[in-house]
Amino acid sequence: MTEPKKVLVACGTGVATSTVVAQAVQAAMKDRGIAIVTRQCKASEVPSQIGDVDLVISTTPLPKDLPRPAIVTLAFLTGIGKDRELEKITEILSR
Amino acid sequence: MTQHLSEFIRLENIVLSQRVETAAEVITLLADKLLTGGFVRPGFAQAVRAREQDMPTGLPLSDDFAVAVPHTDPEHVVHPAIALATLAHPVAFGSMDDPDMFVPVHVVFLLALQDKDAQIGVLQAIGEVLQDEARARLLWQAETPQQALALLP
Repeated sequence: MTEPKKVLVACGTGVATSTVVAQAVQAAMKDRGIAIVTRQCKASEVPSQIGDVDLVISTTPLPKDLPRPAIVTLAFLTGIGKDRELEKITEILSR
Repeated sequence: MTQHLSEFIRLENIVLSQRVETAAEVITLLADKLLTGGFVRPGFAQAVRAREQDMPTGLPLSDDFAVAVPHTDPEHVVHPAIALATLAHPVAFGSMDDPDMFVPVHVVFLLALQDKDAQIGVLQAIGEVLQDEARARLLWQAETPQQALALLP
């Protein structure tokens, strides 16, 4: 079994919104047979937390020039564009 | 873990077809209701307005329809509550994912919550409404607080 991919989920305060997003992404990835582990933080903490992650997903703007793939999206709150974001996430985590 | 929003939204904290011009104005209006009801401390309104400037909470569902979920830190809250406003005409809130972008907000949920689990459950419940734009629009058009409440999970 391959090691689960690490996804860092960020929002303004790293508490509630990022939990909702993390749970939604986890469920969707499970449906696609991709094992992930998630960790949460504030968007401003991403640069110091990004070292070992495969992907960052955030609901608020992120610092520029991050060394890992990052997606800023509201899709896991509003449902708008969710399928498209899931395709992107799947593609990044399948690399 | 989804919460029932009706646990937190009292009929007297629902205002419909409000005429306001700015995000700050609707936040103040709703925060005053929560202050009167004893749900929040006097600094709550100012704290929410300040956070909204820095980290806006507008959530666009389409080009012409958005919802906002302004909130602040739990220290300003006495008893958990949510106040709800529908707006006669939309007002501009910054978009959560891009504070430089403004979205036309029709419905505002002002969240005064304390523990993390309640915050998560409430956001999931609001998400359920957002992910069904027709339901969100019906909420905007609700004619009585009872009608609005009936549309919420």
